[in-house]
Amino acid sequence: MDKFEKFTGIVAGFDRPNIDTDAIIPKQYLKSIKRTGFGVNLFDAWRYLDPGEPGQDHSKRRVNPDFVLNKNPYKHAQVLLARENFACGSSREHAVWALMDFGFKVVIAPSFADIFYNNSFKNGLLPIALGSELVDQLFNELESNQDYQLSIDLESQVVRNTNGIEMTFEIEEFRKYCLLNGFDDIGLTMQHAETIKAFEQQYHEQLPWLK
Amino acid sequence: MAGKTLYDKIWALHEVRRDDDGTALLYIDRHLVHEVTSPQAFEGLEIAQRSLWRKRSILAVPDHNVPTTGLELGITDPVARLQVDTLNQNCDKYGLTEFKMGDVRQGIVHVIGPEQGATLPGMTVVCGDSHTSTHGAFAALAFGIGTSEVEHVMATQCLIQKKSKNMRVTVEGRVAEGITAKDIVLHIIGEIGTAGGTGCTIEFAGEAITGLSMEGRMTVCNMTIEAGARAGLIACDQTTLDYVKGRPFAPKGEFWEQAIAYWADLHSDPDAVFDCEVVIDALDIVPQVTWGTSPEMVCAINQCIPDPAQESDPIKAGGMQTALDYMGLKANTPIDQVFVDKIFIGSCTNSRIEDLRAAASVVKGRKVADSVMLALVVPGSGLIKQQAEDEGLDQIFIEAGFEWREPGCSMCLGMNADQLGSGERCASTSNRNFEGRQGQGGRTHLVSPAMAAAAAVKGHFNDVREL
Repeated sequence: MDKFEKFTGIVAGFDRPNIDTDAIIPKQYLKSIKRTGFGVNLFDAWRYLDPGEPGQDHSKRRVNPDFVLNKNPYKHAQVLLARENFACGSSREHAVWALMDFGFKVVIAPSFADIFYNNSFKNGLLPIALGSELVDQLFNELESNQDYQLSIDLESQVVRNTNGIEMTFEIEEFRKYCLLNGFDDIGLTMQHAETIKAFEQQYHEQLPWLK
Repeated sequence: MAGKTLYDKIWALHEVRRDDDGTALLYIDRHLVHEVTSPQAFEGLEIAQRSLWRKRSILAVPDHNVPTTGLELGITDPVARLQVDTLNQNCDKYGLTEFKMGDVRQGIVHVIGPEQGATLPGMTVVCGDSHTSTHGAFAALAFGIGTSEVEHVMATQCLIQKKSKNMRVTVEGRVAEGITAKDIVLHIIGEIGTAGGTGCTIEFAGEAITGLSMEGRMTVCNMTIEAGARAGLIACDQTTLDYVKGRPFAPKGEFWEQAIAYWADLHSDPDAVFDCEVVIDALDIVPQVTWGTSPEMVCAINQCIPDPAQESDPIKAGGMQTALDYMGLKANTPIDQVFVDKIFIGSCTNSRIEDLRAAASVVKGRKVADSVMLALVVPGSGLIKQQAEDEGLDQIFIEAGFEWREPGCSMCLGMNADQLGSGERCASTSNRNFEGRQGQGGRTHLVSPAMAAAAAVKGHFNDVREL
């Protein structure tokens, strides 16, 4: 996993609550056995006017000209701004892979579904929960400024707009540490292998029917 | 000191270690695996040259991609076939237990776990599928995980977790005649919202819940994720033990005695304190039908589709209007005037024997309405299919005009050939009515098996109790 560095990026807004992972990456693309190549099918049903199938040349499909990610400058957006309960539904990590493959590094919303929130950190995507009023403010600023950009500084836990106004966000220490260093969870857990072994042995002595 | 919740107890038993900030390693007893979310995990292990920590904790089955008809042809979609083949190869390579296509024990992962006794009270159960919450019906802490976590559990038998909050939903009193588990859980989601349980583990309690069979409890816990909570729980009682006893993976003899002595404590203490409590009167629950594109967009069969103009929150009102436009519905229409094109009875929510019996009892001696293009019944496993056929349920469905299919996820998510066409409207016993869930442009209304059967007979939604 790459280290999460400070950056300033274009913001694309999705002004609706409860965007689900079926919308982020539709089911037909889950048949892939790879972690890559999902970006072209991000929000597929909204982004294209014709139905898509895996393996097809998506550059030849009919693009929905009204969809935000098909317009400039949002084709190059790195920050996704959304409403409550972003990425609810299916546990598919493909949703995170698709967002990242497209180029997103951060999602800002008032709240996230638990599984998606968790999956994001495993891949280096940063979900930032800000209060509804702050998110409202960001949507207002975005509406009045087409080239709206935000700077994201994970180290100091700050989102900064172009006027220099800062909004701080919360993040668990462990998750922050892993993102900043690009650490792989499994490697960290394996450092406790002896503890796990000892636990397991005692546990199965206590509950022998599970052995 | 306050007593412990059921969640507190199961958590405490599985906590391997904990950091000062509360980040813990949680030991996992049972890892259920299917073809869609595992290939990248197996590949990750291989690249990092890591081995599997505890192979016997894994039970694997292909379900999402399997066709429900023409099994002799195999999977004709080459992309889907590669995914199932990859699961087979990985299981063979590592020597994992897998119920392959053609095995009578094959079926939907959340149906076969309990059916085989692979899900036991007090366990931690995970699977790369959000509906893993189903297994909470057995007083097991069960939740869906992403592919990176699938790999993490394979390599370490643990997950990095922070404890979630304790929430309890109590459904007081008994439900009225004809009200099913699906109506209960849809009503709950309608009350608390699709994010109502985010950050929580929900324990379901009350007479209406304890009065349910294990099948009904699984339906309730299955849809916990649609209320935003990763895990749902129901205390262990005699109903649980009666279901588990004698199943292939369940403990036997002396182990059984030891296990049930231990399981007797799998309930919240009377003085346990919950972070959040919701109480619902069972008598308020009427058969439910969803009208929108989120499970919280639900109404009772005797109600009208709500009007966004009456909603004070502009974001919510916008969401409602978007949903109505997608669903091709007008506000204030009585839901029982909405006609359907297709019927789907199946999925990890409602494909168990009790569900099939409930639907069959409604359609017996009746016919599927002419206006209905397709009515499907898809049993949750090969064993359920067999049992239903032994009881003659297949004949009841076939005589009424239903198609009787092979087990699998089928039209719940349209990863196989069973899909809705654009604009088609379906009465479905599945769990998600999201845009495009059952096929691009498809329109899903979530209902109970009895209500789906009633819609099949009349061609439009109607109160099964009055049919």
